[in-house]
Amino acid sequence: MNRALSLLRRRLLTSLPVFLIVIVGSFLLLEAAPGDAVDAYLVSVGGDAGLAAQLRHEWGLDRSAWARFLTFATALVHGDLGWSVAFARPIRDVILERLPNTLLLMGAATALSFGLGSLLGIVAGARPGSICDRVLSVASLAIYAVPGFWLGLVLIVVFSIELRWLPLGGIETIASSRSGLDRGLDIARHLVLPVAALGFIYLALYLRVMRAGMAEVWRMDFVLALRARGLPQSRIVIAHVARNALLPLVTLLGLQSASMLGGSVVIESVFAVPGIGRLAHEAVAARDVPLLLGIILSSAILVIVVNFLVDIVYAALDPRVGASEERA
Amino acid sequence: MTRRLFSTPEGIAGTAILALLALAALAAPMLFPRDPLSIAGPSLLPPFHDPAHILGTDRLGRDVLAGLFHGARVSLAVGIAAAAAALFVGAVVGTIAGFAGGFVDEALMRVAEAFQIVPGFLLTLAFVSIAGPSLPVVVAAIALGAWTGPARVARAEVLSIRERDHVAASRVVGMHPLEIALREVMPNALPPVMALSSVIVAGAVLTEAALSFLGLGDPNRVTWGAMIAEGRAVLRSAPYLSIIPGIALVVAVVGVYLFGEGVVEASASRRRYQ
Repeated sequence: MNRALSLLRRRLLTSLPVFLIVIVGSFLLLEAAPGDAVDAYLVSVGGDAGLAAQLRHEWGLDRSAWARFLTFATALVHGDLGWSVAFARPIRDVILERLPNTLLLMGAATALSFGLGSLLGIVAGARPGSICDRVLSVASLAIYAVPGFWLGLVLIVVFSIELRWLPLGGIETIASSRSGLDRGLDIARHLVLPVAALGFIYLALYLRVMRAGMAEVWRMDFVLALRARGLPQSRIVIAHVARNALLPLVTLLGLQSASMLGGSVVIESVFAVPGIGRLAHEAVAARDVPLLLGIILSSAILVIVVNFLVDIVYAALDPRVGASEERA
Repeated sequence: MTRRLFSTPEGIAGTAILALLALAALAAPMLFPRDPLSIAGPSLLPPFHDPAHILGTDRLGRDVLAGLFHGARVSLAVGIAAAAAALFVGAVVGTIAGFAGGFVDEALMRVAEAFQIVPGFLLTLAFVSIAGPSLPVVVAAIALGAWTGPARVARAEVLSIRERDHVAASRVVGMHPLEIALREVMPNALPPVMALSSVIVAGAVLTEAALSFLGLGDPNRVTWGAMIAEGRAVLRSAPYLSIIPGIALVVAVVGVYLFGEGVVEASASRRRYQ
């Protein structure tokens, strides 16, 4: 537990300046965008130029850029992301409402790509250079080349239009008044295709890293020693080679979280999943820059949190990590 | 080098695909001189029915094959330009960070980290939606989300190269630090950075497609992503309209990856013979 706390402190210390840079970058983008918060607010409530000038003064928007930045940053620290024109509601509420769907989608897609990817990676890495390995390597290259949104459309054509097995989109059947397990199953049915489309592409990455890691481990002396001791091949592959190659995949989990959040924009748009990815697309379509920046800031926080969780898992799996860092 | 590139199956396949694509992109204005966005025939013609429109026509009667050829131009141009920009910025930032060290290094790497915790595609979206969709903006936006990888690799390389003897020698003879950084260190740090180029070009092509799929591409150009989005409206009756440009995209990106693998294997075997 002590190790987790010291990891948390280290992660916080390194993340704070980085997050500050993200805030400054967001502020610069916001300043570059046409219109300001008052314009945005007045679009949804209405008002004349006099009210606009009065609001600008009250909100401190007629002051210097530095003062405006301080206002922006202070509001952020208090959890206030501003006002969304497109939804005529506070941005924070809109994002919090959509976030669970994205977390569900990403969690399931990560589980799929990590599980299946590492499994196939073990199959390929069990005998580097074999036919099986070459076929899987080329296949993973091809998978990684598939655009997620296109894969989503192909899945819709096959499973929703031709076979009629799965729903076209959305997160659950509208106005079905289901509850409990029934509702859960309904949501799961709606998520099968988006999770497949999002997870399938990242699968290739885990496969390749797993395979490359195993190819490294095979060259080590201890594998030779295991062979000399007469351990069965399957045991060497699973209990020793694959196990030692698994650690880099855990790091990849954290690195991929940002990329997958980006990928969920197109997937959620294709499948009409009401998550923050689709929200980003809606914000762009409605020219709601503050909402888009709110999404960017929240995803940055999400990525920091995911990376911290990955750190803890990593430290739990590899006892060397915490020990060496405490000394440092 | 070229002969070794053609000695691997990946190298041969990748070079062939990229050569065909480049040919298609260059020949597009000659083969299909009309504006690919103009109406060419009856609407929703299925593929392989009319020899005048081999791959059929879309909802508005625009020729799909002409769109594919002209789309190759945008995909290749944006992919290569964005990757070149990302590699250039990454190499320069990485070299400065690694060579200067200290506070400059710390600050530049924190900025790179800030770019890494923000999902690259969201940043690209924000940039395009603020600056307005046009080809240069799209290129800059994609590069903005892709320069951190090359920067990290360049920095790591520079850190090891700056300790080498020839760098120390240049310091002893009194070369200006900037000259050492640019003439002694950077050229040696480039190969591993360039090895990233196939992944970055492929990523840029896919990002451009996703952007235009969401309607944020240059509206005056045909792009594969926009064609896929356009076909989505008639997905039920004419799925080929979305499927065909997607296949072109996959083939192009696979070509880039295979070419990259081929180059890596060719340079690895060269090193082995030395």
